[in-house]
Amino acid sequence: MKTLIFLLEKEFRQVFRDPAILRMLFIMPVIQLIVLPLAANYEVKNINIDIIDHDKSDFSAELITRLNGSGYFKLKNTPGTFEEAMKDFANDNADIILEIPSNFEKDLVKENNSKLFMAVNAINGAKANIGASYLNSLIQKYNIEVRTEWLNAPEQKLQKGILLEYSNWYNIHMNYRNFMVPGILAILLTMVGMFLTSLNIVREKEAGTIEQINVTPIKKHIFILGKLLPFWIMGLVVLTLGLLVARIIYGISPLGNLFHVYLFAAVFLWATLGLGLLISTISKTQQQAMLIAFFLLMIFILLGGLYTSIDSMPKWAQIITWFNPVKYFIEVMRMIILKGSTLFDILKHVGIMILFAIFFNAWAVLSYSKRS
Amino acid sequence: MKAVTINQISKTYTVQKEKTIALDGVSFDADLGEIFGIIGPDGAGKSSLFRILTTLLLPDSGTANVMGYDVIKDYKNIRKKVGYMPGKFSLYQDLSVEENLEFFATIFNVKIKDNYQMIAPIYKQIEPFKDRKAGALSGGMKQKLALSCALIHKPDVLFLDEPTTGVDPVSRKEFWDMLSELKQHGLSIIVSTPYMDEANRCDRIALIQEGKFLSINQPNKIIKEFKRNLYSLESLNNRIALKALKEKNEIHSCHPFGEKLHITLKENQEIQFFENLLIQNKIEYQHLEKIEPGIEDCFMELMLSKQ
Repeated sequence: MKTLIFLLEKEFRQVFRDPAILRMLFIMPVIQLIVLPLAANYEVKNINIDIIDHDKSDFSAELITRLNGSGYFKLKNTPGTFEEAMKDFANDNADIILEIPSNFEKDLVKENNSKLFMAVNAINGAKANIGASYLNSLIQKYNIEVRTEWLNAPEQKLQKGILLEYSNWYNIHMNYRNFMVPGILAILLTMVGMFLTSLNIVREKEAGTIEQINVTPIKKHIFILGKLLPFWIMGLVVLTLGLLVARIIYGISPLGNLFHVYLFAAVFLWATLGLGLLISTISKTQQQAMLIAFFLLMIFILLGGLYTSIDSMPKWAQIITWFNPVKYFIEVMRMIILKGSTLFDILKHVGIMILFAIFFNAWAVLSYSKRS
Repeated sequence: MKAVTINQISKTYTVQKEKTIALDGVSFDADLGEIFGIIGPDGAGKSSLFRILTTLLLPDSGTANVMGYDVIKDYKNIRKKVGYMPGKFSLYQDLSVEENLEFFATIFNVKIKDNYQMIAPIYKQIEPFKDRKAGALSGGMKQKLALSCALIHKPDVLFLDEPTTGVDPVSRKEFWDMLSELKQHGLSIIVSTPYMDEANRCDRIALIQEGKFLSINQPNKIIKEFKRNLYSLESLNNRIALKALKEKNEIHSCHPFGEKLHITLKENQEIQFFENLLIQNKIEYQHLEKIEPGIEDCFMELMLSKQ
C-alpha cells in the first residue's frame, strides 16, 4: 500500500513537471469542447444554386426571391442555357441547378400543372441530398401558397393526404449541440485516457527505467495500478471541466443524476486506461504505441455513433460497435444528460463496461512481463 | 555458499531468422565478498549474462544461482537480494536526485536512513545537488546516483554492467576506489567492463569473447600463464611495420597497442634473434624492449589460441 501511494506520488510529480502533458490534459479538451460543437453541424447552409430562368415571369421571379430569402441557398449565377450552368458544376461553383422552363407561369395558371428541372452535384453527398430536399420542400410550399393566394383555391382542398404533426422529445428544438456536446466530451475523455496511458509504460521502456524497476521486488499489479490511478483521477477532472464547459458555454446540464455520469465515467475510464496500458506493454517504442492508439481511436469514433447513427449502419458494422467501449459511453452520456435516464436504465451499459475493464486490465497485467 | 554460481548457461537470439549466439555454455562461480570482473569487448555477451543473473532474461539452457536462489524458480527472492546498475543510465531524469533515491528505497520497502551508512561515501558527493533533476547531472554524478540507488536496499550482490563505459579516467579510478570500499561491507560485486586495464582492480576475472569464457582466474595468475616472450616495438610507421611483420613466419602475433606494437615469436627466442630479424627485413624501428604482458596481451593470446 505504501509502495502504491509512493508510486502515485511519483507519477503525479512527473506529470506536473511536464507542461506538455498538462496542456494536453486540461487546456486542449476545453478548447476542443468549445470549438468543435460549433463546427460540427448537420444543418447545411450556403448551398450554391444556379437558376436558369427561361420563363422570366412574375411567378418565376417570385420563386427565385423566395429561394434566395430562405437562408439556405445562395444564388450564384443566372446563366441562359443549361450548358453554361454545367460549367459552374464542373468548376464546383454550384451545387444545384434549377431550370425553370418557358411557359412556367402560363402552364401553371392555365393547366394547373407545370414542371421544373433540378440537377444536383452529388460529389458532396450529404450537401447535395439535404440541399435537394430543402429545395423540394421550398418549391412545394411555394406551390401551395401560389395556388391558395393567386388562384383563390381553398388550401385544404389542395393538400390531400395525411397531415403529420410532430414534436421532438428530449431535445425540443432539435438543437444539434445538445446532441453533440455530450458525445464529444465522451471522445475527449477517451483520447486523453488512451493516449496518456499508452505512452506511459513504453516511455519507461525507452528511457530504460523499466529495467531498473523490473529487478525490484515490486508486484506487477501494483505497478500497473500505480500507472492507472493517476490518469483515472485526471480523467475525472477532465470530465468535470468538460461538464462545466457544457454548462457554462452551451447551457447543457444533465437532466439525470450527475452522480450517475461520474459513476459510469469511472468504470469507463478504468476500461480505457486498461486498454491504453495494454497498448503500452505490448509496444516497443512510443511511436508504435501512438499508432496503435490512433488506429483504435479512429474506429472508436467512426463506429461510436457520434456522427453517424449506429442504427443506420449495416448489420456487420453494428456488431463491431458492440465491442466499442466508446459507443456505450456516448450512449450513456446522451441518455443521462438529455433524457434524464436513471441508474436502472444504464445498468446494462455499466455491466458491459465492467467486463471491458476486467478484460483489458487483466490482459495488461498479464502481458506486462518483468522478464523476457 | 557462493554469491553466484552458473553452470553451462546458453542464450541465443533470433533476429529475422538469423541466429546470434550471445552465451555459449558459460560457467563460473563468484565467492562471497569478491569483486568478480567479466572482461571482454562489446558484443561478447556480457550484458546478456547480467540480464540472466538479474532475472530479466531467461536462459535457453543451463542453471544459474544467485545467493543460493535459482534465477528461474526463485527469481522473487533474488530481486530482493541484488542491486543492479544497467549499462545505460536508467533512473528517472525528470525526478530529482533525492526523489530517485527515495523512490527506489520505497520500492524495496526500506528507508534511506536505514542504510545510509553504506551509501554515504558515494551519496555525500552528490548530496549538494540533491534537488537537481537527475537528467541535469554530469556523467560521473549520474553514475554515483545510480550506484546509490542500486545500493539503497543493502543488497548482498551488486551487478554493475559496464559502469565505467564513457566515463573519464579520473572518474573511473574514483569509481573503482568506491567499489573497493564497498567490498569492505561484505558486498559481493559482479562487474563487467570492456577496459582491460581495469582487470587488476578485480579479485578474479573472467575473459569473455563471443559468448565463451577464455579464462577465469586471478588477474596476476592469468598473466603468469602467459608463457611467451613479449616485445614492444616503437617504429616510425606502425602500419608498414605491422604489415611486414605479419607476413613473417617467425612471428606468432603482432598487435598494435597505442603507439607501439606488441609482438610474440613462434619459437620463444631472445631479443637478439628478434633484432636480427628486424634488420634482415629492413624494418626500421626506434626502440625495442622485452616487456611484461598485461591482461590485454593475455586476452589477445587466448583469443588466438582458441581460433
